[in-house]
Amino acid sequence: MTPAIEIRNVQKHYGPVHALAGVDLDVARGEFFGLLGPNGAGKTTLISIIAGLVRATTGRVRVMGADVVEDYRKARRLLGVVPQELVFDPFFTVRETLRFQAGYFGLRAQDEWIDEVMHHLDLTAKADSNMRALSGGMKRRVLVAQALVHRPPVIVLDEPTAGVDVGLRQGLWRFIRGLNEKGHTIILTTHYLEEAELYCGRIAMLKAGRIVALDSTRNLLEKFSGLQVQLTLDGRSLPEGVDATVLSAEEGRFTLRLRDYAALEDLLHRLRESRMAIRELEIDPPDLEEVFLRVMARES
Amino acid sequence: MSGFPTLFYKELLRFWKVSFQTVAAPVLTALLYLLVFTHALEGRMRVYDVPYTAFLLPGLVMMSVLQNSFANSSSSLIQSKISGNLIFMLLPPISHVELFCAYVLASMVRGITVGLGVLAVTAWFVELPLAAPAWAIAFALAGAAILGALGLLAGIWADKFDQIAAFQSFIILPLTFLSGVFYSIHSLPAFWQGISHLNPFFYMIDGFRYGFFGVSDFPPAASLAVVAVSLLALSATSLALLKSGYKLRG
Repeated sequence: MTPAIEIRNVQKHYGPVHALAGVDLDVARGEFFGLLGPNGAGKTTLISIIAGLVRATTGRVRVMGADVVEDYRKARRLLGVVPQELVFDPFFTVRETLRFQAGYFGLRAQDEWIDEVMHHLDLTAKADSNMRALSGGMKRRVLVAQALVHRPPVIVLDEPTAGVDVGLRQGLWRFIRGLNEKGHTIILTTHYLEEAELYCGRIAMLKAGRIVALDSTRNLLEKFSGLQVQLTLDGRSLPEGVDATVLSAEEGRFTLRLRDYAALEDLLHRLRESRMAIRELEIDPPDLEEVFLRVMARES
Repeated sequence: MSGFPTLFYKELLRFWKVSFQTVAAPVLTALLYLLVFTHALEGRMRVYDVPYTAFLLPGLVMMSVLQNSFANSSSSLIQSKISGNLIFMLLPPISHVELFCAYVLASMVRGITVGLGVLAVTAWFVELPLAAPAWAIAFALAGAAILGALGLLAGIWADKFDQIAAFQSFIILPLTFLSGVFYSIHSLPAFWQGISHLNPFFYMIDGFRYGFFGVSDFPPAASLAVVAVSLLALSATSLALLKSGYKLRG
């Protein structure tokens, strides 16, 4: 089966600046895929090339097998994009905006589906409001609705929850997860790493236009993120030979970073051997933020 | 199905929703021109053996058609570019030809609507013959299409509103005013008559006027040929830029 997204040696140069310096990537159908990276890493450029908004200097991109340049009509029908910026046309209402968007894809008489999308995104009460009158969060929902009016199997979300309040964010994620469960492929870029960790099955990390890490979220967490342990001991020093990075040590209270659970086992063993009593022990599970920071530091 | 009908309809609705600004205001402006010139010059001169007011009116109508056709495509595109909502037209499978047709046709509709509005509000005090209506229609449609395409070009090229305003003030307005809207070029010295022949707006207005009086400064068939070549050249340039994605797709 052809992948949902197939990216081969994509480069984008703006004069001497290489926004993308050769990206190869496949996203399988039905995946919830995360594209992470610091500002300027090339995430939005890559998404823009997938969407046909920007042309690659070299390389090619296919959406469900359709080339985004040579077979652009088919590729664009298969793709829904939620842009990062809160853009809207101030002349029209929410319903008009969605009707137009469906019409641009050659779809007429879509009112039933538009009503359903508005219902799922809690936009029904605002259907006849002018876009200018909506709050930022509501405008963000309309952007999501616009990306869905032509029922694309692949949906790209570029920072979909930026500036959205917590309640709205949760509602948006419920809806997007529901789409993924129904078989839609989701590609997400976000700076909220906890969201990526929670929803994405696989993640690519970009830095300076290159993919510097690509794996399942679980493998990334296991590979790059150690355990952070808060430990309070009777003694004032750690036993000899502990395999840990000491982040802080103050009057018997230590913050350690351990490589993995085996290192934790080894630490506990050494404490028992040294007859040091543990007063308090707190283990922070690995998180994507730490993985991200480590990967970015490794690539510096 | 194509996205063209929706984009065309959206462009029509866009100017119609603000029709006080896009239709009523230019009609009023043309009416004021006519009243002022009529007051100042009526009875003092005749051109083509018709009263000055009658001579002036087709020129004002065509000027309104041209200026509003340009304003429609240029302002719509630059607004979409600056506000960022152009993305909604770039993401769907709309071809460069469909985009061109939707913008230019909507511009033509606005230009012709304003032109008809000017004719309608002046009908009660200016008696206008209609010697060759097919010529008037042909020049009105071709002129509106040319300015719609030129507005599209300006919208593609411009990055700011003031660049569009400069285009209007330094190119469209002088070319319109110096095209024979207010006078027959036969009243100019030979040198300026020659210069006028380099102005494509002259052929549009002169040809349009021929449709009313059956008289013109230049043979209407030759004017139509100049207008047709201008339209083809501007359309080809606009289409080439749209296809290349110049200033629209990165």
